[in-house]
Amino acid sequence: MLEIRDLSLAFDDLLLADRLSFQLQAGKTHVIIGPNGTGKSSLLKVLFGDIRPQSGEVLFDGERLDYRQTGHWRQRFGYMPQDIRLDIGLTVLEVVLLGQLDALSLKLRDPLIESALRALDRIGLLHLAHRDVRTLSGGQCQMILFAQALMRNPRILMLDEPVSALDLHFQQVLLDHLDQQTHRQNWVSVMVLHDLNLAAQYADNLLVLKGGRLIAQGAPAAILSPELVHEVYGVSAEVAYDQQGVPFVRTPRRSRSGQSVAVPETQARSALAG
Amino acid sequence: MTNTTVAQTLSLQRRNEQRRTWILLALFCVLVASFVMDIATGPSMLGVEEVVNVLLRLVGVPVGVQPTSEVIVISLRLPIALMALIVGGVLGVGGAEMQTLLNNPMASPYTLGMAAAAGFGAALMLYAGSFGLSAQLAVPVGAFVCCMLSAGLLFGLAMMRHITSGQLILAGIALLFLFQSLLSLVQFVSSPELSQQILFWLFGSLTKATWTNVGITASVTLVCMTLLMRDAWKLTALRLGESRAKSLGVNVARLRLRILVIVALMTATVTSFVGIIGFIGIVAPNIARMLVGEDQRYFLPLSFLVGAFLLSSASVLSKSIVPGALFPIGIVTAIIGVPFFFWMIIGKRSH
Repeated sequence: MLEIRDLSLAFDDLLLADRLSFQLQAGKTHVIIGPNGTGKSSLLKVLFGDIRPQSGEVLFDGERLDYRQTGHWRQRFGYMPQDIRLDIGLTVLEVVLLGQLDALSLKLRDPLIESALRALDRIGLLHLAHRDVRTLSGGQCQMILFAQALMRNPRILMLDEPVSALDLHFQQVLLDHLDQQTHRQNWVSVMVLHDLNLAAQYADNLLVLKGGRLIAQGAPAAILSPELVHEVYGVSAEVAYDQQGVPFVRTPRRSRSGQSVAVPETQARSALAG
Repeated sequence: MTNTTVAQTLSLQRRNEQRRTWILLALFCVLVASFVMDIATGPSMLGVEEVVNVLLRLVGVPVGVQPTSEVIVISLRLPIALMALIVGGVLGVGGAEMQTLLNNPMASPYTLGMAAAAGFGAALMLYAGSFGLSAQLAVPVGAFVCCMLSAGLLFGLAMMRHITSGQLILAGIALLFLFQSLLSLVQFVSSPELSQQILFWLFGSLTKATWTNVGITASVTLVCMTLLMRDAWKLTALRLGESRAKSLGVNVARLRLRILVIVALMTATVTSFVGIIGFIGIVAPNIARMLVGEDQRYFLPLSFLVGAFLLSSASVLSKSIVPGALFPIGIVTAIIGVPFFFWMIIGKRSH
């Protein structure tokens, strides 16, 4: 279990966390949503020990993060930062291998390379193994970096907007893989997403952040509502439910005179049910 | 199905590694050839066969050689030729690691002001006297101290939080201008003869090489190269970008500092013995990168080999442009290197 206690973080006069506390259980996917610039990425960096908060503490299974000694702490993490550019003369395989940085030596053993190749195979990209990463598309880079994070055999997997460049197919590959492995390997998986529909579908636990506070937390079906969406994003939206009861959110296009052309929520729900 | 494909891809990777090992070996052979040529070239030309025989005799193979050529090779030419290899290699590696560290193909110890600082240090010693040291020792010591000093300023900046590699490069370039101005100042206030002496030191010349110098630089280089190779994978990871290197568990600040110290030490050592030789630090790593990519297991040693080859062949040329005359090697490297480099860049484009 990854836990934050009483965390406060501010850059100059920008408050990113205001006595924030929450617990992230293992074996579950936790999705953080919130408006731009609200400190979601910074929060991940705090969990990783890269940003030191003004106050508060971070614990994993009861062990406290010590900011002077972050080496051991970070070994448990597979962390995929937001930036997906890869401007380096390496092959895809070499980039994935770097996920196992501590195990690499001048002469690479077969099992190590094989495990990297299998990681690529599982996400359907084995055929790219020998490509120069500079020739890849943004989405391909993102998938490669996901494979790299998996190579670390993490106990905590943190993904910062992992599907921002992916097409529908790879969105599904990545998120399904994450979903299965989180349950099978008992990972603490933490993900920042902007797409509320993906968040609703894959989150076991949804954390809604705004202005340094946790506005809501829980199962998506329990907490996603037009009121919440409006409170967080200032947008009027429809929230409906599919046959499995998973909510989905749609923001109506505004009419050209600036008014929302939304149908009232009750109508939307009944239209779907019928 | 999947297993066979994994196995196939694995063997492809092994072939890829072999290819790069062959490139290293090929370059090593070319290097040996230019090394032998370097020894053979000079006021009294020696035959290649004669040079090879002397070298073989030196490592214990019993072959007959003329005593005069043995003397020429061992006491005159060999230290210079060896120095060319070491200095070229160090400049190549120094450039390679600065480029890695700062994520920029234009970085090198030269462009970051370390060489200019060494030049200033040497000039200052020539001008102000040797502080009780023998002149032969004082000039290298002055160059070394100033070079480390400018590197120290860079460390100080690098240690500060939130400083980007772009800012570090700008700071290095600023240092380059600072030390160049200080150097001009020393030259301005010196007598014409002294100014001439300073200028000659600045040109960079291998003729200052002695067996002692070669011994010192070789040992420093060996230690530094070993340390760098131990960080090979971390350096590769660093090129993915700072935040990603951190996410892979690299202590970026510590690595950056360690590499800066090693590179500064190597650069200061060679520069203090041979003067300023530019260009190789920029060009050798770029050639190495084109040949084997940026896996540091290959990139690092190849940068050394390419740098060594460039300086060694420049040394041959500096002796043979005008027979009997010796051009300062620092002048020759860029003149022959730049067209070659342009050709490589343009050649790469057309692929």
